[in-house]
Amino acid sequence: MATSDRLDRLRNDAGDDGDEATSFSLAVVAGAVAAVVSLPVVVLLVRASDYGLGHLLGLVTQPSSVQVLVNSLVLTGIVTVGCVAVGVPLAVLTVQTDLPFRRFWTIVGALPLVVPSYIGAFTFIAAFGPRGELADLLAPLGIERIPAIYGLHGAALVLVLFTYPYVFLTTRAALLSFDGTLVEAARTLNHSRWGAFKRVTLPQILPGITAGTLLASLYALSDFGTPALMRYQVFTQQIYVAQRSLGVPEGYPAMLSLQLLAVVAVVLALESRIGGSTTAYISRGSRQPNRIRLGAWKWPALAFTTSVAVLGLGVPLGVLGWWLYRGGESVFQFDPAVAWNSLKVAVAAALAATLMALPVAGYAARSNSPVSTVVDRLTYVGYAVPGVVLGLALIYLTTSADLLTWWLPVGGDSAQSLLRSVYKTVPLLVFAYVVRFLPQAVGTIRSSVLQVDPKLTEAARTLGRSSTGAFREVTLPLIAPGVAAGAALVFLTTMKELPATLLLSPIGFETLVSYIWLVREAGSYGAAAIPALVLVGVSALSMVVILAQERYNG
Amino acid sequence: MADSELTTDASVDARSESTADAPDAVMELEGVTKRYGSETAVRDLSVSVRDGELLTLLGPSGCGKTTTLRMLAGLERPSEGTITLADDEVAGPSTYVKAEERGVGIVFQDFALFPHLSVRENVAFGLTDHDGDETEERVDELLDLVDMPGMGDRSPDQLSGGQQQRVALARSLAPEPDILLLDEPFSNLDVRLRVEMREEVRRILKEAGVTAVSVTHDQEEALSISDRVAVLEDGRLEQIGDPESVFEHPESRFVASFLGQAGFLSARVGETTVDTCIGSYDRSLLKGLSDGYTGAMVDVLVRPDDLRAVPANEANANGAIVRRQYTGPSFIYHVELDNGDVVRCLHNHAEDMDVGEPVTVDLVSDHSLAWYPAKG
Repeated sequence: MATSDRLDRLRNDAGDDGDEATSFSLAVVAGAVAAVVSLPVVVLLVRASDYGLGHLLGLVTQPSSVQVLVNSLVLTGIVTVGCVAVGVPLAVLTVQTDLPFRRFWTIVGALPLVVPSYIGAFTFIAAFGPRGELADLLAPLGIERIPAIYGLHGAALVLVLFTYPYVFLTTRAALLSFDGTLVEAARTLNHSRWGAFKRVTLPQILPGITAGTLLASLYALSDFGTPALMRYQVFTQQIYVAQRSLGVPEGYPAMLSLQLLAVVAVVLALESRIGGSTTAYISRGSRQPNRIRLGAWKWPALAFTTSVAVLGLGVPLGVLGWWLYRGGESVFQFDPAVAWNSLKVAVAAALAATLMALPVAGYAARSNSPVSTVVDRLTYVGYAVPGVVLGLALIYLTTSADLLTWWLPVGGDSAQSLLRSVYKTVPLLVFAYVVRFLPQAVGTIRSSVLQVDPKLTEAARTLGRSSTGAFREVTLPLIAPGVAAGAALVFLTTMKELPATLLLSPIGFETLVSYIWLVREAGSYGAAAIPALVLVGVSALSMVVILAQERYNG
Repeated sequence: MADSELTTDASVDARSESTADAPDAVMELEGVTKRYGSETAVRDLSVSVRDGELLTLLGPSGCGKTTTLRMLAGLERPSEGTITLADDEVAGPSTYVKAEERGVGIVFQDFALFPHLSVRENVAFGLTDHDGDETEERVDELLDLVDMPGMGDRSPDQLSGGQQQRVALARSLAPEPDILLLDEPFSNLDVRLRVEMREEVRRILKEAGVTAVSVTHDQEEALSISDRVAVLEDGRLEQIGDPESVFEHPESRFVASFLGQAGFLSARVGETTVDTCIGSYDRSLLKGLSDGYTGAMVDVLVRPDDLRAVPANEANANGAIVRRQYTGPSFIYHVELDNGDVVRCLHNHAEDMDVGEPVTVDLVSDHSLAWYPAKG
């Protein structure tokens, strides 16, 4: 009816609710949060600028740096293409064809996402590496050598297997929301099934495919665990190594970090350009197109889905199960205090991130000013900054003697000594988690604030509530599930975060993740079985939270 | 059409009385203007709302009526002008009383019931000054008023559209507001329920004795429930008055067209007669025609029920049917007259004529007609 008329739009654009004081204080708090979480990137820039442009350029152009850049781009490119090649056919098969057991394949197709990629890589090395489980099994059959898993192909294989579900899920969502009557319209307009797919279906689901592809490529670019385990030299792995070695040129890790951030920025810019162009006309019909009959193609299709499932789920779970079964005593060397440490930091990070996300999400959801957009975007810095870069930036922040005196002329020294005192402490580790995972809390809380009809707040105002009273009594109870989901997501993703944990954990402070890393280096694989399975379970829970949240919002 | 409902409405007498008495104004708008950037949503609006009346702001989408309502509620601040409520200035160049301190109730278009609270808790939401027993008592009283006794424990999503509206009304009436605002109150109901709820809302408002301002784009709704109607167009007040006078004697072509199926008949004003292509009539047919118009061309407002068409042979006919609209109980024939004017004639469903048939159109109206100086 007249709900979306011209004046409504103007009103929304003006964002004028006659209560400037409240929105001003909200803006200040939200701005402060954004400033704090974007601090690490500023630190990195300041640190790099200390070395001078000439020195940095020299580092960038030296052959080993160029090699790292090329390796990173090649790996990201292969993973991106591989994810599309696996994810899109799987989505089409499970949505639009008469593939047997479609529901089963849908769940199995999404599940590899619950295996943290470094655990995936770890199990692949254990299975296919030299003297791995598979080699042991095959030895009696006279097979002496299996192809080496290390290097580009191993890293790419593992990353594709554990990130293709991003493409699979977004493509599925696009296919499911796609209006089947459009295909029927195209076919009545003399298009073959293939012609209709090419000219009607594909353009409509392309934004979905692209969104998933960008997620996967961002993941490939910023993942540290997989290339490190596969001994393939990319940015993340090199930054970690350079930070811990003594003989590297000055400023080398900082320069690599900035280069990586630049590549990430390009990917994100692509994403926002494509994201912005999806607001075209959307056909509202919900009829699904008739299913495509596979006929004899059913068998190759089943072979495809089965091999993806065996590699993406069978191998990691099989290897972990095998260790548990065969590990003997080493399985139970595992100290529960390690799990307790993980729990503590994850709870702290979840609480802190939620408290910081509330004002930002509330401000971003209710205001359309350019300031609110900037604040909202700034909290996404953590999303764009790979964990290893964030860890490095926080080490600089807390260890450099002169960093703060540079821009804090007064009191810089005491601020610096305060920062030094938190180096490799639990609070700094928690801060790193908050910076990295704040976007998850902001995202879920913001979308649940948007679900609350602003008319409800207005109704509360006309019934005598102040704006804070209306927030407490109406908005907060309604967004509570979203807030809880945001906190749960931060908790669960913190549990499995690898690079920042390795770089920033206090000496002797072991979490599940650093424990797995440690026993892997020591070669006692059996001891990793329980913590790895716990982390897979934790990831599975976070998937459940995300799916429940989507249903709640839908 | 709408006017048949009006004449059967028992409250007509009461309305004309209230017009004559002109009781105290509860709310007064003086030169209220609202701008969003370069767009002006409301221009220089001055209206006073009388004690106990139901005033409807009527206009097409985007005419500024909802913006006006939100300014009355304290959800928007006027760019210029003043708003006075119960003798206190609530919005002006230097004053602005917030929504929560204004004592204004509002029923939203989609009712905006709090989904996490029961019906009872929704109704009690605004009763912050009462103690427990008083609150319970007042809530029961209101649930009785809106004819929903015993439904207090339901949650809003268990209610039908009509019931949600009753709860929304009860909730906004509970704190006894000085004035109640209704934003498109019936647009979220299906057509049959809409007619029923119009009667019901009017009864509840009158029983509660509250002064109310409602906003709608539906002319039939405005004419049937209101004590007075204010027609808005492009942010400006076009006409305000009781429903009959606004319908019968619209002061502008816009009001005439917006309120019903208006046709215009060109006429020349003579010494004693008004001459049209369907006949000559006494000058008294046109309301308030001054001598200055003698010899001038005017356009006379004719609604479908003012005219009848009779089949005729080519020689006697003064027009031909160009279109017919069948509505079930009646036909509306569009007739192109010899001079090119197109008018509409209302007939019952049994009088069947074909497109192209020559007809004689006669004026059958028994009241004076509105007119406008001819364009250009």
